[in-house]
Parts: sequence; C-alpha cells; structure tokens
Amino acid sequence: MRIGALKETFDGEARVAVTPSSAGHLQKLGHEVHVESGAGARAGFSDAAYEGAGVTVHPNAAALTEAVDVVVKVRPPTDEELGRMREGQTLISFFYPGQNAELLERARDLGVNAIAMDMVPRISRAQKMDALSSMANIAGYRAVIEAANNFGRFFTGQVTAAGKVPPAKVLVVGAGVAGLAAIGAATSLGAQVYAFDVRPEVAEQIESMGAEFVFLDFADQVQDGAATGGYAAPSSPEFLAKQLEKFRELAPDMDIVITTALIPGRPAPKLWTEDMVRMMKPGSVIVDLAAERGGNCDLTVPDAKIVTENGVTIIGYTDFPSRMGAQSSELYGNNIRHMLADLTPAKDGTLVHNMEDDVIRGATVTRDHDVTWPPPPPKVQAIAAQKPKPKVKEPTPEERRAAEALAFRRQTRSQVGMLVTGGVLMLLVGLFAPASFLQHFIVFVLSVFIGFQVIWNVSHSLHTPLMAITNAISSIVILGALLQIGSGSALIVILGALAVLMTAVNIFGGFLVTRRMLAMFQKS
Amino acid sequence: METTVITTPPAGMDPVVAPASMVEALPAYGFTSAVYVVAAVLFILSLGGLSGQESAKRAIWYGIVGMALAVLATLFGPGWGNWWLSILMIALGGVGGWLLATRVQMTEMPQLVAAMHSLVGLAAVFIGLNAQIELGRVIRARLNEATDLFQGFAAVLAHKSPAEIAMLKVEVGLGIFIGAVTFTGSVVAYGKLAGKIDGKPRKLPGGHMLNLGAAILSLLLVILYVAGWGPAMLWLILLTLVAGFIGWHLIMGIGGADMPVVVSMLNSYSGWAAAMIGFTLSNDLLIVVGALVGSSGAILSYIMCKAMNRSFVSVILGGFGGETGPAMEIEGEQIAIDAESVAAALNEADSVIIVPGYGMAVAQAQQSVSELTRKLRAAGKEVRFAIHPVAGRLPGHMNVLLAEAKVPYDIVLEMDEINEDFPSTDVVIVIGSNDIVNPAAQDDPNSPIAGMPVLEVWKAKHVFVSKRGQGTGYSGIENPLFYKENTRMFYGDAKKSIDALLPMID
Repeated sequence: MRIGALKETFDGEARVAVTPSSAGHLQKLGHEVHVESGAGARAGFSDAAYEGAGVTVHPNAAALTEAVDVVVKVRPPTDEELGRMREGQTLISFFYPGQNAELLERARDLGVNAIAMDMVPRISRAQKMDALSSMANIAGYRAVIEAANNFGRFFTGQVTAAGKVPPAKVLVVGAGVAGLAAIGAATSLGAQVYAFDVRPEVAEQIESMGAEFVFLDFADQVQDGAATGGYAAPSSPEFLAKQLEKFRELAPDMDIVITTALIPGRPAPKLWTEDMVRMMKPGSVIVDLAAERGGNCDLTVPDAKIVTENGVTIIGYTDFPSRMGAQSSELYGNNIRHMLADLTPAKDGTLVHNMEDDVIRGATVTRDHDVTWPPPPPKVQAIAAQKPKPKVKEPTPEERRAAEALAFRRQTRSQVGMLVTGGVLMLLVGLFAPASFLQHFIVFVLSVFIGFQVIWNVSHSLHTPLMAITNAISSIVILGALLQIGSGSALIVILGALAVLMTAVNIFGGFLVTRRMLAMFQKS
Repeated sequence: METTVITTPPAGMDPVVAPASMVEALPAYGFTSAVYVVAAVLFILSLGGLSGQESAKRAIWYGIVGMALAVLATLFGPGWGNWWLSILMIALGGVGGWLLATRVQMTEMPQLVAAMHSLVGLAAVFIGLNAQIELGRVIRARLNEATDLFQGFAAVLAHKSPAEIAMLKVEVGLGIFIGAVTFTGSVVAYGKLAGKIDGKPRKLPGGHMLNLGAAILSLLLVILYVAGWGPAMLWLILLTLVAGFIGWHLIMGIGGADMPVVVSMLNSYSGWAAAMIGFTLSNDLLIVVGALVGSSGAILSYIMCKAMNRSFVSVILGGFGGETGPAMEIEGEQIAIDAESVAAALNEADSVIIVPGYGMAVAQAQQSVSELTRKLRAAGKEVRFAIHPVAGRLPGHMNVLLAEAKVPYDIVLEMDEINEDFPSTDVVIVIGSNDIVNPAAQDDPNSPIAGMPVLEVWKAKHVFVSKRGQGTGYSGIENPLFYKENTRMFYGDAKKSIDALLPMID
C-alpha cells in the first residue's frame, strides 16, 4: 500500500503524521511512504530527511492524495482535503466524530474509509496507538514548562549564600495522562507537588510520581474508574461542593495550578472559580489544559494568556502538543505506525480491515459508504474491576504475644511428639535387634543428626559443589569393596574389583570436579 | 565387640590375614579405627566448610585427606587382600575420574553428577551381592567346621550368631534395593539431563500402581531371602532387577524441570545405600559417611521442593497437581523489542538485575552474560544476579555456570536476598527462565504453581525477557509477566541476543 502524509493546513499546527523514522518502520511492513513537500518542516523534518529515509516527496496535496491509497494526517481533514479523496481511500487522523457530524456524512458519501485516532479504545493492547494519551502526555509536560516560563521564581527550593528560596507549590487537578505527566515534570524541576483526582484509585499512581494526593474526606464517594473505561464521571453536587471547599483552602498557598479535568462528552467542569483566583498570590500561574472544552477555570480565555487584576497569569493555550512539534510528531507518527501495523497483520503491505478486532472496529468511523460510529462497546474491559481490598488488622501486642506463645507451644508439642515416637521406635529396635547392630545404629542416628545440622549451613550457591563432594565421599563404599576383594572366591574378587574401579572413578572425579568448581568462585 | 573385625581381631583368626610385621607394629588394629575416626571428622568438616565460598576451598582438602586416610588405613588394615589388584583398580579409576573431571563442561554438570550417582549405586549392589556370596560360603563351610580358613570379610561373617546373620541379611537386602534404585534411576536421570532420553514424563500403563506392585514384590523377595527359604542368591538377583525397574520407571515419570529434586534425591539414596553397606560390613565409617550424604541429599530435596511449593511426594509421583479451576485470563499482548532498544534502556539504567534460567545454560550464554555484566559494571552501573533455588537442572547450577564465566559471586544473590530490591531496579533481564518469574504464582489462586515463591521481576521499571519464542515454559503455564505493560520480549537465542547487545553498550 502507498501511504501518504499531508501537510497540516490548520494555523499554528506544527505536527506531521509520518516522520523519517516511522517511515522506516512502515516500509518494513511492506508499505510505500509518501509525503507532501514541507509536511515536516515545522516539526524539524526537511524534505531531504524524508528522501533520505526512502520517502517519495510530492509537491502539493492534490498530487499526494492522487498518488496514495492511505492518507494520514493529524488534525481532522478540512472539506477541501476530504474533497480531494476518492472512493475506497483510507484516511487516518483525529476525527472527533461526535463534534464533526457533517464531516462524517461527507466521508460516508465519498466512500472514504475513515479511521479516527481519537476513537482508539482504551484497552491495554491499544495503548501503543492511543494518540490521545501520547498527546496528553506532551501537553502535561508542556503545561509545566509554560507555567515555569511565566512564573517569576524557581521551582526548586534552594539555600543559597544570598538567602533561602522556598520550593514552588504546584497543584495538579485531574491525574489522567496529562496530569501525571505534569506531576512528573514538576517534581523533576524540584517543585512540591499536590494532586487531586475524583477517582480514589489513582492515589497510588499520584504518589508513585512523587506528588502528594489531596485527600478529600467524603464517605460516600467511591467512583470506580472501571465503569467508565478509565475516565472520570461527573461528580455529585455534594462531592463537588466539598471539592471546591478543599480547593479554596489550598488556593492561597499554591504558586502554580494546572487543571486537566475533563469528562468525556461534556464541557469541562468548573473547578477553579473566580474567587479562588482572587485568593492566589500575585505572580501565580494557572495553566488550564481543558481550555478547548471551556476550561476548568472560570476566567480562562481559550488560546490566550491573560493576567488578572491581582497579577495571576492564566494560560489557556490549546495547542500544547503543537508547541513541541518534533516530539509530538515522533509520538504521533509512532501511534500511526502501530495502527498500520495492526492493519497489516501479515507485514506484506496489504491492509486487512478486520472489523472483528476491537481496536480497529472502535477506531473506524466510516467504511464502505456506511457510518460505523459509535462503535459497540469493546469485548475487553478497559480496566479490571476493582477488587475490594481486604483489611489487614494490625494485631495488638497481647494478641501477638498470645500467637507467639501458641506457636511456641505447638513447636514444643511437635518436637516432643517426634522425640517420643523416635524413642519408642528405638526401643522396639533395641528389643529385637542384636546388640552389635544397635551399636552401629547409634552411630548411624547420630551421624544423620550431625548431617542435618551441618548441611543447613551450606550456602545456596554451593549446592552443586556440595552434590559433587557428597558424591565423592559417598564412594566411601570403596572400603567395603576393598575388604571383600581379598576373598578366596573368584566371583567375589571380580565383583569387588569392579566396585573398586567404579568408586575410584567417583572419588577422583568427584573431588577434582569440586575443586575445579570451587576455584571458579571469585570475589569482585 | 568380637563381631567387628575393625576394632578387635576376632579370636582364633589366622594371622595370615595381615602381614605379621604389620600386626606387630600396629597393635590390635586400633590404628585403623583411629584413622577412621579422624577420617569421619574430616568428612564432617569438609561438608561444614561449604558454608562459604572461601572456606569451601579449604574444605575440599579435608575431604580429600579424609578419603586418602580411610583408603590407606583399609589397605593396610585387617581384612585386606589382593593388594595389587586393588591398587591397579584404584589407579585405573583415578585416571578415569581425572579425565572425566577435567573434560566435563560446566553446563554438563547435572548429567555428570547423575552419572556418578549411578556408579555408587551399582557398587553398592555389587558389594551387597558379594556379602551374600561370602555368607553362602561361610554357611557351607560351617557345616564342614572349617571356619578358621577364612580371611577378610568372610572371617567376620564366620563369627556371627544366627540373629546377627538375619540382621545382616536385612541390611544386605536393603542395601541392594536402594543401590539398584539409585543405579537405574541415575542412569535415566543422566539420559534425561544429557538429552539422550526425552525429558517429558513417561509412564508405562499402570503408572504408580506398577511401582507399588514392584515395591511389594521387593518386600516379598527380601522376606523370602531373610527367612532363608529357597535359593537366596536367586532372590537377591530378582530383587536387584525389580528394584532396578522401580528406579527406571520412577524417574522416567518425572519431567525435566523437576530434575533438581530428582538429582538431590538420588544423591540422598546413594548415601543411604552406603550406610546400609556399612551396616552389612559392620563398618562405622561407612555408616557415618552414608548418613551424612543421605541427610545432605534429603535436605537439598527439601529445599528444592520448598522452592517449588510442592510436596516431595507430588514431585516424585510426577506431573503437577490437578488444576483447581480456570486460570485467570491474561489480557494484553506480548510486545517484541529489538537489541537497540534493549541496549538503550541498559545504557540509561543505573541498576540492573539479571535473572538466569535453564535457557541460559542451554544456549551456553553464560560467557556473553558475563561480558555484558563486565561492561555494565565498568560503566558504573549496579549489576546483580537473582538466582531462584530451582533455576537450572541441579541445585546451585546457575551459580556454578556464572562462576565459570567469572562473574564474581558477591553479586550473585539468592531469591530472599534480592526480592525486595526489584521495585527500585531500572532494568531486569530475564534470560531463559519462565516459571520462576511467573506472577500467576502470587496472583492467581487457580494457577498450578500458585503459592510457589517467585522472583518479583515485574515490579522493576523495565523487564526484558530473552526467550526463543512465544511458547510456554516446561510446565505449560501461561506467564502473565510476558503480557505486562513494562515487559518487552527479546526473542531469539539467548547467546546471540546478548552478543548483539554487547557492541551497543557503552
């Protein structure tokens, strides 16, 4: 198949759907790769770099669309771009079918097979092509960088000769992919990071990133992320009130607030109200990653940076991934190539549009003059349902002492039991066996005892040498053969000689090989 | 103590038994007994010295000196005979053993150990049979009242009372039984470990009932033999054959991955066989050493079983216990990775843990692994090895292979020492091991290996699994580790994979 990446026409869009490195991977799948001239320019990939990777460069969009079977791009296609496509061509890009009903109709009428990167289901198998996550990751990182850029102080705390610098306090609201990325970037810069999320199960993830989970004391709230495919669901009014109260308490202390709260299919919840902004210190920065969907902050202006009367900067950019064109293109290009890898199961350059596959089915929005959106729910659950955690009760000192005493008694009982049984057995043996046997038997039992005591101390790493050396010394049966070999009977002499031979092999072989092994053990 | 020739010469014994000058120079053979005591102490010290790598190097000499003393004392002690034949045989055996020990590859250690066990077993059988032949001669001679013509072992027998002879017969029977089981069992274990016999468990129709039947038959034969009904020699030879069958059939029914238990069990048996022979010959040194070796093998088997969370019986009876329910469903996919990406992750990592398994031994990758370790350590990274007790086919197998490849032993750690460090580790490389890193042992109560202690590699940041292909391991259990998000599969022959990494590490 011929795959072609268009140059993005959206103003300020720096990303590109195929990079020279992802082109290499696509070629390995048996595809031919094409790009429009200048497609990667803003992401830092020149036409020459593409040509160097064996990619065909076309002078304009029309020529490219004409030449390829699969068109890949980043933003949803414009009417013009879609209009150039022909029946049976495949389009892979962000599509937002929920918001772009007209575009969807148009694609269906044209007979274009559209695969929406934003519709990839959130199951672990599909993570490698989850472009929303990879873009959110970049947005989270970039949000921290933008905040730092607009914050007139250090992030990290320092004690310098000129005086002490306290660390910046960062609050991240919403610990999705973007939120976690923001936490990671902010902690790396040395800030003190607090994070909040309505899903209590992410507390662990937040803490693992080095932030402190802002705990909300709310008894009834148990939102299970599993029910909503890993996304947050709207909160109850009581919960929301409690949450805002908590934020109000935190607002005066925070230097940086990064909000990332989104609920699928709804406008962004208003979590950072005007009065909170007013409570913040001058110079503080708010970065609203939900600006595109109305913003989490009351005062956010999408695509703009504003400064409030009390000197708080509010950043409402919606193009964070585009601000890091090279990185975003790299990751998006990889998402695209993983998608194509799943579409090319045989790696022979033939697309197999398997509508039985959860991921492909979920992402396909139009196919063969048919709208296939919304998809049926995926067969695989996104996240395993949360198991209730068993409560481990901390034993009281009395209970512990009682348990110890019980264990001690049990041990004593089993030991005494064993001794008594052993004693009775010995007695029985003594009653029936001849005295000469008993003498040897005592030696035997004592030796077994010594053996058990000694062997327990043998280091695990020396178990093989132990086996080799026990092998050599168990050949002590050679003594038996030596004692018998002096017999008058020829048969005995032959058998005895054979036994001596075999045991001698063992003795020499066993000791030598043990020595060889032990000599190899070296300390660094 | 007139029954033990070792401590006191039996009354009325003909001085032909030993050179007259020797007997005079070493009064009352006390010399031999004294040497035996010294030898026994040396053997105990020798085993005890294995508690540390450095003391072990001294301990081996205790063993060698002990053995030399014991053999010399026997040669010069009472009951010797055919001196030149003995020396010749020892010399021949010595050359054979030397050749064996210097030529063997360290990866072939398991089969060598198994082969050596079989020799001990066979020797024990021969000595047991000899005892019966002598006994027959003595009994025949007794009827002719010509006791004092016997020398060596026969002289001892000649002075036994009927009760003692009965006891002796029990001991001979047991010695032969254990010896024969050890012999055939070890031969089969050798075949399996050397790849000469298919490693899969195989049983004749009838399975363990057949073994049970054979065991009962053996008991019957021993009773017949001890009671003295019918031809004693025939019973013993039959006993040897039946016991041989049990050993063969028992070990045939056990799969390759259970070999650590099998080999240590056979080790134990060879010790018990020696102890039984000691009883037969009234030789305390044999009893002491046999008991030491027997308990050593028993402890090793116990440790191995514990490490697999299985009872000894279930290992010996072969196969895994019946599944108790459907295995937990595994979700996700195995994601492959290439050498460049593994090398990149290694270059970035600060701490690396390598988990070797039998696959490393099969691919002979230990030298490459050692080279990788050397390079990573030279780059200032912390590299350690995590060894599961049942990794490989012999207890401690991995340690020996790594030692051979000159990996310093102080970075090779046991499971208990290192399991807590995985969460703070950047990269874990799993080379040719499967079940010992299977998280299902902890997560899935229905898994056949549920409860088995495993290395918690999945807690590390990145896990790379070097594996030949997508198949399951020996036990046929799916490994959820391979499907984890932080796991990448590094397919290919272990040695080639690691070699491909080497030039990319800086």
